[in-house]
Amino acid sequence: MATSAISHADQVPSDHAEKRGLWSWITTVDHKRIGILYGATAFIFFLMGGIEALLIRWQLARPENTFLSPELYNELFTMHGTTMIFLAVMPLSAAFFNYFIPLQLGARDVAFPRLNAFSYWVFLLGGLWLNISFLFNAAPNAGWFGYANLTTNQFSPGLNIDFWMIGLQILGVASLAAAVNFFTTVVNLRAKGMKFMRMPMFTWMSFITQVLLLLAFPVITVALILLMFDRFFGTHFYIPASGGDPILWQHLFWIFGHPEVYILILPAFGVVSEVLPVFSRKPLFGYAAMVFSGIFIAFLGFGVWAHHMFATGMGPIADTAFSLTTMLIAIPTGVKIFNWLGTMAGGSLQMKTPLLFSIGFIAMFIIGGLSGVMHASPPADLQQTDSYFIVAHFHYVLFGGSIFALTSGAYYWWPKMFGRMLDEKIGKVHFWLMLIAFNLTFFPMHFVGLHGMPRRVYTYPAGLGFETMNMLETVGALLLALSQAIFIWNIIKAWRGPRNAPADPWNGATLEWAIPSPPQEFNFAVEPEVHSRDPLWEQKRQQGPLPEPERVGGQGIHLPNPSFWPLLTATGVAGIFISMMMIQFLGWWFVVAMVLWFLFSVYNWIFEPA
Amino acid sequence: MSDHSHALEHHTATGLDSRKVAIWTFIGSECMFFASLIGTYLVYHGKSLSGPTAGETLEIPLVTGGTAVLLFSSFFVVMALNGAQRGNRRSLLFWLSATVLAGLSFVGMQIYEFSHFVHEGLTIKTNLFGATFYTLTGFHGTHVSIGVLWLATLLILAFRGKITPEKAINLEIAALYWHFVDVVWVVIFPVVYLMKDWKP
Repeated sequence: MATSAISHADQVPSDHAEKRGLWSWITTVDHKRIGILYGATAFIFFLMGGIEALLIRWQLARPENTFLSPELYNELFTMHGTTMIFLAVMPLSAAFFNYFIPLQLGARDVAFPRLNAFSYWVFLLGGLWLNISFLFNAAPNAGWFGYANLTTNQFSPGLNIDFWMIGLQILGVASLAAAVNFFTTVVNLRAKGMKFMRMPMFTWMSFITQVLLLLAFPVITVALILLMFDRFFGTHFYIPASGGDPILWQHLFWIFGHPEVYILILPAFGVVSEVLPVFSRKPLFGYAAMVFSGIFIAFLGFGVWAHHMFATGMGPIADTAFSLTTMLIAIPTGVKIFNWLGTMAGGSLQMKTPLLFSIGFIAMFIIGGLSGVMHASPPADLQQTDSYFIVAHFHYVLFGGSIFALTSGAYYWWPKMFGRMLDEKIGKVHFWLMLIAFNLTFFPMHFVGLHGMPRRVYTYPAGLGFETMNMLETVGALLLALSQAIFIWNIIKAWRGPRNAPADPWNGATLEWAIPSPPQEFNFAVEPEVHSRDPLWEQKRQQGPLPEPERVGGQGIHLPNPSFWPLLTATGVAGIFISMMMIQFLGWWFVVAMVLWFLFSVYNWIFEPA
Repeated sequence: MSDHSHALEHHTATGLDSRKVAIWTFIGSECMFFASLIGTYLVYHGKSLSGPTAGETLEIPLVTGGTAVLLFSSFFVVMALNGAQRGNRRSLLFWLSATVLAGLSFVGMQIYEFSHFVHEGLTIKTNLFGATFYTLTGFHGTHVSIGVLWLATLLILAFRGKITPEKAINLEIAALYWHFVDVVWVVIFPVVYLMKDWKP
C-alpha cells in the first residue's frame, strides 16, 4: 500500500517535488534535510572519535606498550573526549531536534529556517577546524576540559591549544544560534490545541536542553575568551605568577561543563520516553512528574559544578554544599527511572530493537548513576578522581546512557526519516553485541580505577594487577567497533532496499506518525489540531486503524526559499575566529577582512526575501 | 528583515512575533555572558600585583556623562518606536537619529577613555586590573557598537520610508537589544567605577 502511495506521488503535479543534487543540500533550509546533515556529519565524527578510542585501547592493551608516543596519546584522548561530546553526542541530539521537534509540534518548519542552516554550517566548520589540527601535527593535547595553567603559552607552546580553543568557540556559536531557534520554535510553533502539558516528552526534554544551552554556553565562551586573550594578547587571567588564578578556569569551565552533561543526557531521556510507551502499548507513566523532574534536573544542574573540583581544596563548607546538591539530583533522576519502569509495567511489550536499546539505556544509566552518587561524597571522590573509576562512570552515562538512547531513537525514527525500515534481526545482533562489548570495555575500569590506575597516562608498569583487566577492555573496545560495523551494515542494507516503510510502522502516538514516510517538504498538508497528549492514539481509538496518508501536491503552501547566505555567513563567523588565531602570521588585516565578509553576508541574508 | 516563511507568520501559539521571542531568548543568554565577565572582574578586583589600580586610574566625571547619554538613548529609542508605530515619520527620524548619535558618543567616550589610559601606562597586559577592565568594558562597548550599526541600518531604512507601522516590530526588536545593552551598563558603572576604591 505504501509503495503504491509513493509511485502515485510521482504523478501528482507538485509545488514541492522532492529536491535532488548537491546544490539543493547546500542551500537547503528544510529542517528535515538539515537534521539529516547533522546526523550524517555527527556519525562520521562519532566514528573518528571511535577510532581515536581504539588507538588508545590498543596502546593500553599491554603494560609499557610503545605503540603510541606519550605526545600522540595526549592528543588522542583530548580529541576523543572533545569529539565525542561536541561533535558526536550533541549534534546527534541536534539531528533529532531538527527532524522531530517541528514534526512533533505539528509545524511546517522551525521558527527561523535560515538560522537553522547557519547553525549546521557553523557546526561543520568548527568540527573540521578541530580535526584539521591533525594535518598540522598540532592536535589539541590538554584534555577535553583543558585545565589552566597547562593551556598557557608557557606550558603549551604551539598551535595545539589554539586549534582547540578556536574550534570550541566556533562550535559555541552554532549551539547558541540553534538554541535560540529551537526555544522559539517550541514556544511559538505548537499546533492548535498543543498546550505545553500536551507536548511529546522528547520535545519537552529537548526544550529544557535549549534552556541549558542558552545559559551554559555563554560561560564557556567567556572562559575561552579569557584564555584566548592570555595566549594571543598577553593578559594574565590564568597565570599565577602575575596574580591570575587557574581555579577561575575550573569554575567557569564547570559552570558550563556540568549543565553540559545534562545537555548530553536530557535529549536521551526524551527519546527513551517516546520509545517506551509506544512499545509497551501504554501511555507514558507520570507525564507531569517526567516534565517537572526534567526541569528540576536542569535547575539543579547549575548548582553542582564544583563537585568536579573537590580535589582543589575548596574547604568543608563548599564541599558539603556541592556534595548535597549533587546527591539531590539523584531524586528527580530516580523519579524518571521509576516512571520508565512504571510505563513498561503491565504493558504489552513489543521486543523490537528500539525497545531493546531503551531498556539497555535504563540499565546502563542506573549503573553510571550509582557510581555518580558515590563520588558525590568528597572523601570518596578524593580517592576516585582522576582514576579509571571516573572514566567508567562517565562512559556508563554517556555511552551506556546517551549513545544507547540515541541508537534507540535511530531505530525508532529511521523509517520516518528515510522511508526504509532497518532490519530487525541485524538490529537485535547489533544490540546484544553492543551491550556485551560495552560492559566488557567499561566495567573492568571500575576495578582498575579503584586499584589506582590513573586516567590520561599513556601506559602503566607491569605487575600492578592491571594487565588482565586492560586486555579485557581492549577486546571489548574491538567488539564495540564490530557492533558499530553491524549498524553500518544494517544502514547500507536498508539503503539498498525498497523505500516502502509505512507512515506508522510502530503504532505511534505522536504527530510525526500521521504523515507519510519520509514526510513531504511541507510536513503537514493540513495544519493539525490536537486534543490530548497522545493525539494519534486518540484518533485511532475513535476511528480505528488510520489509512496510509496520501502524498499530496501541497499547492499553495508557502515554504521559505533556499539560500546560500547561511553557509557564507557561517564562513564569516569561522573566519573571524580563525583569523584571530592567524594574527601572529598574517596580522590584523585578515581579521578586519573577515569581519567585513561576515557583515557583507549578514546584510545579504537580511535583505534576501525569505 | 523577516526570517521566516509567510505561512508561519500568520499566527503563533503565543500570539507573539517569533523574532520577539528570539531576541528575549538571546538576551537571557547574554545575561550569563556578562555575568561571567562581571564575576571575573570582581574576583580579580584588588588582586593586581602592580599598579596602576582601579582607584588610581578610573575617572568618574567623564564616564558619568557617558552613562547619562546612554540612559537617555534608551528614552530616545522608545520615542522613535512610538513614532514608527503611529506612522509619524518626522518623530521616527528625529528620535532614531538622536539614539544613533547618543550611541556613537558613548563609543567615542570609551575610545577616548581607553586611549587616555593607555597613555597613562595601563594596557590589557599591564596587570589583572587592566586585563579585566578592558575585557569587560570592551565587550560592552562592542555590544554598543553592534547596536549602533543595527540602529543606523534601521535609520537608513526609515529615511527610505521602509519602517512603516506594520514593520515597527523591526525597530522594537533592535530597541529591546538596545535597552539590554543599557541595563548591562547600569550594572557595570557602579561595579567598576563607583566601587573603584572598594577593598575586598
